[in-house]
Amino acid sequence: MMATVPQSSATFSKSFYASLHEISGGEKVRTCLQCGTCNGVCPFGYLMDYPPGKMIAALRAQRFERVTEADTVWMCVSCYACSQVCPVRIPLTAGLMTRAKEELLLAGNIPSELQIALENTQRYGNPLGESPRKRADWAKGVKPRVPIMSEERRPVDVLWFVGDYGSYHPRVQPVSRALANVFNALHVDFGILGAEEVSDGDSQRLAGERGLFEMLAAKNGRALSQYEFKEIVTGDPHAYNAFKNEYPRLGISYPVRHYTEFLAERLDALKPLLKHEVNARVTYHDPCYLGRANGVFEAPRQLLSAIPGVELVEMPHNRTTSLCCGGGGGGMWMDGFQWEKAHIRLSEWRVREAMKVGADILAVACPYEAPRFEDATKTVPGAGRLIVRDIAELLAEAMGD
Amino acid sequence: MHIVVPVKLVPDLVEELVIDPSGTALDPDTVRLQLNEFDGHAIEQAILLKERGGGHVTVLAPDLEGVDDVLYTAAAKGADRLIKLCDSFGQAVNNHAMARAVAEVIKPLQPDLVLTGVQSHSDLDGSMGPLLAGYLGLPYVGYVAGVTIGAGHATVRKEYPGGLAAELDVVLPAVLGIQAADQPPRYVAFSRIRQAMKTATIEEQTVAMLDTGGGPAVARMYKPEVAARATMLDGKPDEVADKLVALFREMGVL
Repeated sequence: MMATVPQSSATFSKSFYASLHEISGGEKVRTCLQCGTCNGVCPFGYLMDYPPGKMIAALRAQRFERVTEADTVWMCVSCYACSQVCPVRIPLTAGLMTRAKEELLLAGNIPSELQIALENTQRYGNPLGESPRKRADWAKGVKPRVPIMSEERRPVDVLWFVGDYGSYHPRVQPVSRALANVFNALHVDFGILGAEEVSDGDSQRLAGERGLFEMLAAKNGRALSQYEFKEIVTGDPHAYNAFKNEYPRLGISYPVRHYTEFLAERLDALKPLLKHEVNARVTYHDPCYLGRANGVFEAPRQLLSAIPGVELVEMPHNRTTSLCCGGGGGGMWMDGFQWEKAHIRLSEWRVREAMKVGADILAVACPYEAPRFEDATKTVPGAGRLIVRDIAELLAEAMGD
Repeated sequence: MHIVVPVKLVPDLVEELVIDPSGTALDPDTVRLQLNEFDGHAIEQAILLKERGGGHVTVLAPDLEGVDDVLYTAAAKGADRLIKLCDSFGQAVNNHAMARAVAEVIKPLQPDLVLTGVQSHSDLDGSMGPLLAGYLGLPYVGYVAGVTIGAGHATVRKEYPGGLAAELDVVLPAVLGIQAADQPPRYVAFSRIRQAMKTATIEEQTVAMLDTGGGPAVARMYKPEVAARATMLDGKPDEVADKLVALFREMGVL
């Protein structure tokens, strides 16, 4: 029996506080001013028992066990809004909130929806509970065919990490096919891992499942180590974040870029292929893990501006102040839980903003977003005319795909 | 309180099911096994009882693909003893054979309570619980969703069709077929499973001859075949309703 050893309130608070110092920049937690900016900017801060600032106050009062008794920590969507505004730059998302979720998870305080996604990941290597053998099924019918590394047995320039939703989600599979077509049109020498790929695990890590994340990272690391390639390119900002910031600490180190960065570098070759006009007012949603967490803001905009006919307009919340779609930090798997607590959807907020700036198309660059925002267009009154497209889909369309 | 939970591993329906060339069984090379869902509830119920009133939980599983993961996960949740039943558990093993083999292993353990999942989707010859109770000579209650331990007996909540439930007292030792644990099976962090892999031990016990007698012989195994038995009624809703009523009258339903 390996249950959590019951700890006195003070001991638990102290050991948790000490554990924060193990995270890069974690010692800054000591400098918290209790200004409350984090609590205010958090999209769900108003209904959390312990938003970041209040959690630090509870720690200082040695009352941390109260944090793990509440379940509203699970409303954290790991969107980096709090980390972005903290005047003393405390790693609130990567450190405090993620560590708190780890403690909740170990204590068995976990929403059942999240449990299902994590059990699916343990068993199938993806949170959707799909067959690992079918991971490359999305690529059927793409011509020229998508090369799978285990079959190719040759070095490639680009190892494309497709990710869970790009591989399995019925709304995101067409995005993967569109990106494959763009790569093919540019004669990119690429390959995918196919059935050898498992979830990058970043959202599971941010939902408190560090051990599962490490297991997945090791599996991906083993698969990647068999092949020769120059860099990893991914369409999933969560995978991007894992490869860029987390895997190197586990000894898995490869250069990685999001596909928008990769394509923006090839704009000269890409532009002549964009022959068909997309006559639309387009607004771009910065994904948390591409934008705020990793500072990629311009490449996606450069690609959109290169499409003939596109008029790019900005929403009030853009770049570092972008709104979260609600899917981060495990939110992707807790729609019911979030609804029960908040009776709002963050994705609807974003869709209303896109409507307000008169956009015809809401452009996205993260596999969580097309399904989430498309769902929101069905529930926000009058938003039915808003089209949600991944940038890869818009590029393929402009190529006449 | 010594609780023994014998579990079954069953084909995972997320993976494509392939019939092997014999045409009477699943292809063992493509089938992927997982813990029977109801057995997961039986493990949870055992651990809940242990947490409430103390006790010792032993989990038994046949030595098939994935068995170590199942047993270590049970240990991480709180099981005390893990036993792997070793023999050539091929596709031909039915519940009669399993129950006979498991009964022989369970007898010397002298449990107070044996918890099994009430059913599994691979049951072709009845469920494990009643067979096991028969071979052990113990009382059996199935479709149980809730167990409380008393002095020498257990009070169990048994579910009946039609939304009925009954509370029954059963003298211990007994075998219960668990429909649902008092709480849904808990999540166990992967770090805890990894810890269990390092600290827990899996005992191996060889079972005597597997006797499949009493079960049915599979003549042919096949996937559901498309048959054109449905008649689609076309027309406006009123017309369709009239046709439907006429059909019901013809069949003598109305």
